[in-house]
Parts: sequence; C-alpha cells; structure tokens
Amino acid sequence: MIGQYSYFRAVFWPRLARNRFAVAGAIVVLLMLAVALLAPLIVHFGPNEINARAVLDPPSLRHWFGTDDLGRDVFSRIVYGARISLLVGFVAAGIAVLIGTVLGLVAGFYGGWIDNILMRVVDIMFCFPTFFLILAVITFLRPSIWYIMIVIGLTGWMGVARLVRAETLSIREMDYIMAARCIGCSDRRIIFRHILPNAVSPALVAATLGIAGAILTESALSFLGIGVQPPTPSWGNILTSGKDYIEFAWWLSLFPGLAILITVLAYNLLGEGVRDALDPRIKR
Amino acid sequence: MTRYLMKRILMLIPLMVGITLITFSVVHLAPGEPVEMQMAMNPKVGKEARERLRKFYGLDKPLAEQYVTWVGKLARLDLGRSFSSDNRPVRDKIAERLPITLALNIIALVMEFGLAIPIGILAATHRDTWLDKGITVFVFVGFAVPTFWLALLLMYLFGVKLNWLPISGLHTLGSDSYGLLRYVGDMAKHLCMPIMVASFGSLAGLSRYMRSSMLNVIGQDYITTARAKGLSERVVIYKHALRNALLPLITQAGLAIPGLIGGSVIFETIYAIPGMGQLFYQAVMARDYPVVMGIVIIGALLTLIGNLVADVCYALADPRIREGRGVQ
Amino acid sequence: MNTVRRFRLLFPALFLFVSACTQAPAPPRSGAHDVKPAYGDALVEGTISDASTLIPLLATDSSSHAVAGQIYNGLVKYDKNLKIIGDLAQSFDISPDGLTITFHLRRGVKWHDGAPFTSRDVLYTYHVVIDPKTPTAYAEDFKQVKGIAAPDDYTVRVTYGAPFAPALASWGTAILPAHLLEGKDITKSPLARTPIGTGPYRFKEWVAGQKIVLESNHDYFEGRPWIDRYIFRIIPDTSTMYMELKAGALDTMPLTPVQYARQTTGTRFTSLFNKYRYPSSSYVYMGYNLRHPLFRDKRIRQALTAAIDKDELIHGVLFGMGQKAVGPIPPGRWAYNPNVKDIAYDPKHAAELLAQAGWREKNSDGILTKDGKPFSFTILTNQGNQQRLLTAQIIQQRLRYVGIDVKIRIVEWATFLKEFVDKGNFEVVMLGWTTTPDPDMYDVWHSSKTNPGELNFVGFKNAEVDRLLVEGRSTFDMEKRKKAYFRIQEIMADEQPYTFLYVPDALPVVSARIRGVETAPAGIGYNQIKWYVPKAEQVY
Repeated sequence: MIGQYSYFRAVFWPRLARNRFAVAGAIVVLLMLAVALLAPLIVHFGPNEINARAVLDPPSLRHWFGTDDLGRDVFSRIVYGARISLLVGFVAAGIAVLIGTVLGLVAGFYGGWIDNILMRVVDIMFCFPTFFLILAVITFLRPSIWYIMIVIGLTGWMGVARLVRAETLSIREMDYIMAARCIGCSDRRIIFRHILPNAVSPALVAATLGIAGAILTESALSFLGIGVQPPTPSWGNILTSGKDYIEFAWWLSLFPGLAILITVLAYNLLGEGVRDALDPRIKR
Repeated sequence: MTRYLMKRILMLIPLMVGITLITFSVVHLAPGEPVEMQMAMNPKVGKEARERLRKFYGLDKPLAEQYVTWVGKLARLDLGRSFSSDNRPVRDKIAERLPITLALNIIALVMEFGLAIPIGILAATHRDTWLDKGITVFVFVGFAVPTFWLALLLMYLFGVKLNWLPISGLHTLGSDSYGLLRYVGDMAKHLCMPIMVASFGSLAGLSRYMRSSMLNVIGQDYITTARAKGLSERVVIYKHALRNALLPLITQAGLAIPGLIGGSVIFETIYAIPGMGQLFYQAVMARDYPVVMGIVIIGALLTLIGNLVADVCYALADPRIREGRGVQ
Repeated sequence: MNTVRRFRLLFPALFLFVSACTQAPAPPRSGAHDVKPAYGDALVEGTISDASTLIPLLATDSSSHAVAGQIYNGLVKYDKNLKIIGDLAQSFDISPDGLTITFHLRRGVKWHDGAPFTSRDVLYTYHVVIDPKTPTAYAEDFKQVKGIAAPDDYTVRVTYGAPFAPALASWGTAILPAHLLEGKDITKSPLARTPIGTGPYRFKEWVAGQKIVLESNHDYFEGRPWIDRYIFRIIPDTSTMYMELKAGALDTMPLTPVQYARQTTGTRFTSLFNKYRYPSSSYVYMGYNLRHPLFRDKRIRQALTAAIDKDELIHGVLFGMGQKAVGPIPPGRWAYNPNVKDIAYDPKHAAELLAQAGWREKNSDGILTKDGKPFSFTILTNQGNQQRLLTAQIIQQRLRYVGIDVKIRIVEWATFLKEFVDKGNFEVVMLGWTTTPDPDMYDVWHSSKTNPGELNFVGFKNAEVDRLLVEGRSTFDMEKRKKAYFRIQEIMADEQPYTFLYVPDALPVVSARIRGVETAPAGIGYNQIKWYVPKAEQVY
C-alpha cells in the first residue's frame, strides 16, 4: 500500500498537474461545486420566486441572466439548478460505480460460473438501448429526481464492471495476492484490502465520466418532459423551458445550455486527464 | 473458427431469454394502463367500456400467462398487435419505421467513423501540440452540448435565418414528382442537419479511442524497430501502426449500435423524422406495451447480432483467434 | 390542431351570444393581381402527433379526429353560430313528445368509392357503435336509443325511452360505409388506414409519421372545395413546428399565447400570416377532493378561490388571451348565467373565511395551523401541459401569501388517471374540461357518477343539482333547460367544488395567401371548403 502512495505522489500528481486541460477541468468542477453548495449566498432572488409582472425580461443589472416565463430570476435558477444537476450526476454515477465495482471484483476474483453468469448479465444489459430503457422505466414509474438517479445508475454500471473485472483478473495472479492467501487471509479481506485499492483507478475515471453523462441524460429526459420536474430547477428543465423562445428570449436557453456544456466538458477533460495520468503504458 | 462461431451462437440463447424477461418486467411492473389513455377523461365513456377494452387486450389475465403468451408469439416472430386504437400488428408498425432509423444511423455511423479515425490519428501523431488540444476540445464540446439545444440552434440558423436547409421531415412536399436525382438530393438536404448533430455528438468517444489506440501502438517495440530500420514516418504510421490500431475499433462499431438507436429519440422528435425513436417515445407515453416491448426486443436483437458480427470480424482479422489459439 | 377542421360534434363548442371573436387585422395585400377564388393549391397544417386510425368510431385522439373530420360526415352538424343543422340529413324533425327524431337523408350523396349513401349506412353505424364487441368510447349516448328503423332508403327514425336533450347532437357522429364494413370485424378493417367517407376531402395517402394527404372531393354535396389538397404534416416538437411555420413550410397551426403576443408581431410575420383569436371551448379548473376533511367545509373552498388572482393568471400565463371562468359553463353560451357573481380576488376576505373555519394561528413559517397541524396540500396535475404547470406555480405563490403551503406534483397522464384520479387519491387536481355544445353535464356532476373511474371524481353530491341535471337533459324546451342550468350555476358559485380558473383563447394562425377565412362563434374551420388561394398566389 505504501508503494501506492508514493506512486501517486511521484507520478500521478505531476502528470495530472502538467495536463492543462485536466487542471482547467478540475477548477471548473470545484467552482461549480462551490456554486452549488453556496447557492443561497450567491443569489438575490429565490429560485421559485414568481413575478407575473416581469415575465421574460431580458438580462439587466437586476436580473443578470434575465427572467423566465414566470418572471423568475434565471440566474438564481441556474445557481440552484447546479445543486440538482450535480446531485443527479453524483448519485447516478455513484450507484453505477458501486454496482460495477462490486460485481467486477466478485466476477474477477472468483471466476468460474459466478464470473460466467455475471458477465452474461453484463452482456444482456449491454444489448439494451440504454436511453430507451431509462425513458420507459422513468415514464412508467414517475419522473421523480430519485427515480431518475437510480435508473440512470442502474443502466450505467456495466462498463465499470468489465473494467474492474479485467483489472482484478490481472491482480489476482500477482505474487502478493498469493502471499496473502498463503497466510490465510479471508476472501473478503483480500478483495477489499488488496485488490480493490489497485482496481479502483478505472472506477474513478468511470465515475468522473459518469457524472457528465448523467447530467446530459437528465437534460435529454427534461426535453421529453420526464426529467426533474418543475418547479425544482435543473439545468435540463430550465433549458427545455427556454427552447420555445430561442428566437426572442435567447437568455432563457443560452445560460443553462452553457452551464451544461461547460460542466460536462470539465468533467470529461478531468476524467481524461486522470486516465492518462494513471495509464502506465503512455510514456512521457 | 467454426467451433468458435458455434459457441457464440449457442450463447445467444440464454441472452435472449434474459432480454425477454427484463423487457417484459420493465413494462409490466408499472402502474397505469393503456386503457386509461384511450378513455382519458372523456365524458361519454362508461365504466363497462373500460372493461371491454381491458378484455380486448388481454389485460385481465395473470402476468405469467401474459408473458408466456407473448414469448410464444415472439418465437414465431409475432410481436402482437398494438394497443393503440389502430390495433395494427406491431411488426408492421416497426417495419415501416425501422428502415428510416437504420439508414439514418448507418449514415451517421459511417460519418462518425470517417471523421473520428483521421481526427484520432491526427491527434495521436501530433500529440500535445495545439492541433491535438484543439481536437480534444472540439470533440468534447460535441459530446457535452445538449443535443436538442444544438439541434434547435442549427435549425434556427440554417432553416429560418439563412434559409439554406429544410428544417424538419424527410422530403419537401411535392417531392414525389421529382426525378430520382432531385428526389435523393432533396432527401440528402433534409438529412444534413440531423446527421450532423448525431455524428458531432458521438465523435468524442470514438476519436479518443482511436487516439489512445494509436498512441498505444506507436509505443510498441515493433514500431520502434520499424523506425530504427529507417522507414519514413509516413510508412511507419500508415502502414504498420494504423492497421493494428484500427483493430479494436471493430468492437467499438458493435458497441455503438444500441447507443445510436436509443439516442435517436431526441433528434427524431426534434427533426420530425418518423423512425423507431419517435415510435418508441409515443408508445411509452401511450402505454402501448406490445410496441414498447417489440422495439426494445428488436433493438436488443440488432445489438446482439451487431456484436456477434463485430466479434467474428475481429476474430477473422486477428490471427491469434483465427487460427484457434483462442484468446476467448 | 383543431383550428382548421370542420366542425365535429364529439367535444365541440357552444353558442356564443357575446361576439367575443376578434381578428388581428391583416394588412390587405397589394391588390394588383386578381384575388378571385380559384381551384388549386394546398393547405398544409401542422399536427403534433400522427393519427392512430381513420375510423372515427375507434379513434380517441384529436389528431385522428381532425383528419377524419374532413373525410366523413354526420347526419347533423353545427353551423357557424353553433346551431344544429342537417349534414347528411337534408332535414330532421323531432316529435312533439320529444321521443322520436326523424332524419330525412340527402339524396344523391356518394361515398368516395362511388357507392350511394343510404339509410343502411346509418343503421350499420348505430349497430356497430352499440355492439359490445366494438372497442369504442362513444357508445354511451346511443344506449339511450330504444328503437331505430329505416322505412325507406332515405329516412331514418330513432326513438328514445324518455326525452333526451343531447340526442340530436349525438347524431353528428361520423356515418360509416355499410357496404364496406357490414359483416366484417371493424377493428381489422383496412378503412382504418385508407378511409372512405362522404366528406369534402377524400383520402389520398398516409406516410406514417410524416404526412397524411387528402384530395378535394369534386362531387361533394356542398360543392367542390376550392383548395385541392389538404395536407397534415406531423411534427412532434412545438418549437420545430413554429420554425417550420416561420420558414413558410406550414400554412396553419395553433399558436401559444407567448407566440401570439410576443413572437409574431413583426411586420414580416403579419404580412405573411393572419392571426385569429376567439374563446376556446374549454376551461381550466382546480378541483377539490370533497371527501378530504380539509375541503369539506365550503368556506375553505370559497377562501381558496378568493385567495387566487384569476386576472394575474390570465395575464401571466395567457398573456391576457383568455377570460375568467366563473362556473362550468363558459361565458357567452346560451346556458351561461350572467347574474352569477364570481368570488373576487380578496386575500383579506380569504383570511376571514379561513379564520371562521378555524384556521387562525400561524406557525413560525407563516403557515396557518389548526390544532397544531399546518394548512398544507398538494396540487396534482398532468405532465406535458406547460400552461397548467405555470398556473399551478402562480397559485402556489398566491396561497402562500394567505398562509397556505402548496406543493405541486406532476404526474404522467396514464398514472395520473389510474393511480390518483380514479382512486380518489388526491387533494387538489388541476385539469381542464372541454365543454360540449350542449350544456348537459350529468356525467361530471351527478352524484351517481362518483364511483372509481367515473367523472365526478371530486365527489360532488348535491340533491338539488342532481334533480336539475336530470331536468335539464330530459326536455327539449329551451326555457326549462335554461332555468335548470342557471340555477346549477348559482349553486356551483356558492359551493365552489372547483375553483373555475379561466377560459383560454384559441389562437390559430393561417397563411395570408389563403383567403375566405372568417371567425365565427364556431371558430374558423366551419367554412373551410370555401377557403381559396388566388391563382397568382398558389404555391403548391
């Protein structure tokens, strides 16, 4: 384990820090997190504060990003929307990574019929057009934010499972695992203490990319009317509510659109950077 | 090779069973029934009318029985009849829409590969230069921009403001009387924007894959050897490295299938293209179970076949598998 | 979607005495060329969803009815003033006791395939509607029929057990061709995809998910329509549809209030399109679950109405394009009682009423409490209706001012009906009713219609209203009916089983090249066969 830490300090961090895109991505990611956490301190209006006399006002000093079709402050809604959109991203990706990692570890470590069955389940799940599945399940249940997160998570774990399994397979054969076995460590201990820390890097990258994917999926669901439901603001539903006014109330779609674009881009660049920094094959 | 193929085909059976089970349960675990949609708040509908419809569609039977009936029919390639008021065979409904979606997606897929491969190679060979960085940002922007927003912006720009391209649909009204060339040209114009949007969005995954695959190959010993032999950089890259870097892309093509079909809901809706995505969305909203199940099953089947073909191609291309020194 | 369709009798509008129709003035085009009526050209209408079946009896969606309405006729129809007149029936008489209606059919009418239209078709249509094996939603009115007979090819006589006021209107249902359907399973008939009717347009082609093309019927009994083709283009996204309109690829579509008020005002737009505006035949309401303890007290329902600013809703949601709804019958209808006073917006009055009902204390959040419990409820509405959602959000804020905590929950339509409305599992719903031309509203308000799955889902029970509803539907005497419905509206205004919110305006837009479009109480679609495009301006 100690070897791991020094690897991180000696190779990983310097590599990541040299990647300007990854650093920029990380900054945006942290910034958005700060915005989400500090939302009430940033805005002057409540996100659901309606003003029927100030409908669709263009951006001004009072309303930086203008107002929407109920006279609500778009800036406030986007700031609060960050909370919801990031929450969707984190929880959905978290679920996917958790399931994927556990199943990947189990399949890779035990092998045999367990591996066989689990990998067939992965194959089956991979066959479904994911978005169709999400669309159907959320419509049939109901478009609550929890269902959205869970369903996106449940349909996104297969890639992680494969990666972790592959990693586990190679680690399993290493000498130190053999050694651990010989001294009588339990399976659980071997899996969680010895294999997991080493197999975690693909999961980490998958999590970063998964967050970005979930934010996009939520916005697509919002477009179809089954994303996070108003009045709760999410970037997806703010953008959707602005789509009918692209021509004359551009502020209503431009700002949420950019918020999604920049955030998803940041997570992707960060994820890419982490992957490159972790990849021993890429020589610098 | 034959053994490998047989094994792969046999393995399809449990996969198919799993797929039908998941499909059926997804659809039937939900509250709400198709009958409700049709009777929706119509002051002139009686209670017996609802019961009449429930019976008509077989919704009064137990779930297990409904599943067995459905799978039994499925085995005979009968997808049942739609719950919507036209009551048409699901097969017909899908058959009239599948070609459009497939055609569109295949063109988009070809575009995507056609762009992603050179872009990926460029990025790899110019690694860490401004070109590489520019490409990285470009492809990720394509991935990160919400599809429907980009679609609407392009529509407004090219359709309304500049009036260069038709906004939606597949044909101009009256195109039936055009000559073949003009007819095809008209259709191509209509498909411009949707294909642009679809391929831009999926460029990132593939081009990055290509880039890392290429980098990986370039780092191998035999490339160093080739360089050492004094071969020109061009020959090294395009003759030796490229062929091997392209190999893993075959699997990527297989994996791309479900995403293409699933992702089409958004741009089919926005561009008024009557494909599977639109049909699926409408069927979901109307609780038209047979259509929902039919599309999911067909989507899964196509993927299954796509993956099989990709794997077989891979096996044919990779001598280690071709000659039975199995990697599997 | 229903802007330019010929008048249908399934869920149509009513008599409008107040001339509430306004037309946005269109600048007359330069009159250099001939603007005489001419045959030719096409009318392209945008529709949000594809039709499902073109046998109207089996269709339940408005898209199917919009198309089928051009292809088929009923025995009767509404004229531009929403008076019932003959359609396939040349004339009709009602016996003095109100029990028998005799229809005298037009002679010489031909189905689109050339076969003659006769009383046999009417009998077939009746029998297939009431056949329990037919999966139709429209059997209810015809179950009141006691007997039907056709003394000859051009006479149909229908008898009822008791006088039934909505009977005449029910015969506006589309008559189907017996010679193509008799003895066959209607659910599997090819007519669903290739219909044959008697209407002004005949079916030409249907490209699933793209378009439905109709061609004018040169032998139409009211004369050949001027416009040669009627094309429905299916465009599922509203933003796309609007852009298609602007780009000139659509001739007509319904506008949203924002589009009407803010986006279609430039001279470029108004020189290419005419906008029309008239009250729609629907109203939006907030319905209280009267079984719920919170809403049993009528003072509370009155207080909620007093706390809602209907003008604000009309201003904010409809951009002023609508009017306040006071009761179940929209203003302007013959059965509308103009003397009923609406509960005015008055938060103080609302607070007093709430105090009388025991809601006096406010907790630390400023929410009214009674016996320690806060006044809180959920408004349930269906997903996919932006107007209702906006309305609910404004109401949420208004009620917060008087100390009521409102939550909003949006549920997808099928679940909404099955899990909540049918089971009475809701506190407050926000919905809309499309009002029928006939004021009969027995199904919505009678106490016998409160079972699960029936339409009086709020559980309204009032003995006097029950009696008046029966009275109103079992006579053809207009004065008697009027008296009954006037009284019902007085009771509703006091009881407030719903808070009746507003009647939105219909806002269709039609390309300026199409002439002859006129607004009337019936909307703009009633004279569609008279619309034309001058020769010089034809584009298709």
